[in-house]
Amino acid sequence: MSKALFEYVLRLGDDSLILGQRLSEWCGHGPILEEDIATTNIALDLIGQATTLLEYAAHLEGKKRSADELAFLRIDREYKNLLLVEQENGDFGKTIMRQFLFDAYRKLLFEKLLSSSDEHLAAIAEKSLKETKYHLKHSSEWVIRLGDGTEESHERVQDSLNELWRYTGELFFEDEVDTELKGSGVIPDVSDIQDKWNELVMNVLAEATLTIPNDNWQFDGGRVGKHSEHLGYLLSVMQYMQRAYPNMEW
Amino acid sequence: MTEKEWPLWEVFIRSKQGLNHKHVGSLRAADEEMAIDNARDVYTRRSEGISIWVVQSTNVFASSPTDADAFFEPANDKVYRHPTFYDVPDGIEHM
Amino acid sequence: MKEIDLAELERDFQAKIDADIKIEPKDWMPDEYRKTLIRQISQHAHSEVVGMLPEGNWITRAPSLRRKAVLLAKVQDEAGHGLYLYSATETLGADREQTIDDLHSGKAKYSSIFNYPTLTWADMGAIGWLVDGAAIMNQVPLCRCSYGPYARAMVRVCKEESFHQRQGFEIMSKLANGTPQQKEMAQDALNRFWWPALMMFGPNDAESKHTAQSMKWKIKRHTNDELRQQFIDISVPQAKLIGLSIPDPDLKFNEKTGHYESGEINWDEFWQVVEGNGPCNKDRVDTRRRAKENGQWVREAANAYAEKRRIRKKAS
Repeated sequence: MSKALFEYVLRLGDDSLILGQRLSEWCGHGPILEEDIATTNIALDLIGQATTLLEYAAHLEGKKRSADELAFLRIDREYKNLLLVEQENGDFGKTIMRQFLFDAYRKLLFEKLLSSSDEHLAAIAEKSLKETKYHLKHSSEWVIRLGDGTEESHERVQDSLNELWRYTGELFFEDEVDTELKGSGVIPDVSDIQDKWNELVMNVLAEATLTIPNDNWQFDGGRVGKHSEHLGYLLSVMQYMQRAYPNMEW
Repeated sequence: MTEKEWPLWEVFIRSKQGLNHKHVGSLRAADEEMAIDNARDVYTRRSEGISIWVVQSTNVFASSPTDADAFFEPANDKVYRHPTFYDVPDGIEHM
Repeated sequence: MKEIDLAELERDFQAKIDADIKIEPKDWMPDEYRKTLIRQISQHAHSEVVGMLPEGNWITRAPSLRRKAVLLAKVQDEAGHGLYLYSATETLGADREQTIDDLHSGKAKYSSIFNYPTLTWADMGAIGWLVDGAAIMNQVPLCRCSYGPYARAMVRVCKEESFHQRQGFEIMSKLANGTPQQKEMAQDALNRFWWPALMMFGPNDAESKHTAQSMKWKIKRHTNDELRQQFIDISVPQAKLIGLSIPDPDLKFNEKTGHYESGEINWDEFWQVVEGNGPCNKDRVDTRRRAKENGQWVREAANAYAEKRRIRKKAS
């Protein structure tokens, strides 16, 4: 049980870590100062969630690895985040679309995890849910603004949606880890979340005058460590210090 | 073509229950929803508030400093509006 | 306006300043006062915003989760400070868009320190400790500046910046007490940032063209050299405490005056960087200009959507 839970918490932690890392690339480059600050707030929340989740994962693993060691010293195949969150930032619209698709899933997931039989996970979900509700508000509003804004903005976010849609199936990926944890009431049944996610996403996209692409091919692999090429570059930057100067404190 | 700037908004924050909203600064936002979000991100990063008002700056009407004498000085000599104007005998409490 | 009225207005204005009464946006003020403030506050705002870049350069490479969060929060604060300051210039009738375009066209200046590259993680320490240290020294007196909105913005900025210098010093002292390689990294950062930090206080008093008038208007409270001396006196013992040495062979303590005496600043380098020939001038301004250009479609979309919503609301 604790091995499955470790794996599960690691997946959640890696989602926060990798998306936080991606968003932090925006700091100093946002479309206007106000939005620069907003994006960084979200990045900060995600890095905070990653810290709490990876600390818990480290505890569950019981091998005396720290959260930092988990964050900075694994190899590519050992990261278990969704493919969606490692996708490159692209333009602001793509970043917002990626964020929206993820936030909608995260909010619904955390709501369910509030009643997890694992108290610690439930407590993490409670704190993270508050943050995620705001992230979702922010990203939905922007998806609507950009979708229903100008011709150019509509076209740009529609392209981003087309590109990112194929990574959304993985949000509801399940394997034996999930099966085991579901059985003991640690995590919810993912199908509950999936229906609500569809509804929420459809509503916002409709208001944004955007359409879901017909081509419904879906990728997965992130949850078992098979990533897109983008992750390697992200890690080589993120891990630079720890790799170049091993065994030091900062 | 020059770009049309987002309107300027004045931000008012209630720092805790029981206090007035107080002017803290301004920011730019395209609409009121964004103005509230931006105010939250810009002006309450250190838990400075529990409630936010935003007002588009063009909707704030101010008294003119050149009228300040006529506006505010007449109140200066109405000391009877203040409790310290009245003598209360020693020994009286709770008044 | 009649000559005599103007003289009287100016006399009243100076009397207010002398009596430490704050000037507020709609009050009468001399054109020169307004211009000086717009120039100074917008330079200050630009410095905050351009100042995000050298540190932003290391956010994605920060060596631990804690350091990453702290650095993100710090750089984000700088965006906030830029925003407070642009808002203060707007109370003087300067338009933010125009102010920012002046930065992008090279017309407006910002603190030269940000034209130096950040080459190692230790530079995050050196910048927090020295650059923010110097900035705070400049900024604390500005909380009492005669112009209300600027003074109030500075109160907020100073309050928020109090953690910036500490986190920088913490990084430095961690490195200085770490492995030999880390200590070397810290010393190298100090070597590269010490002199540019001293230059942050601006030219010597004799060379500073705006100082006298700005002091009379209480926009400025201390001269460049006074603040620089104060900075040296405070920073030298801090370096000693963590075992780093100040890269100035002429530095010595004068028992009589109680101050450190330091070597001559390379003013030629200072003016070269001010004129645009620092190692990163072009990169910094280009980066900011690109951010604005890449964001144009986003800002336009938000405007267009707001307009549509207004029309829909009216119709319903």
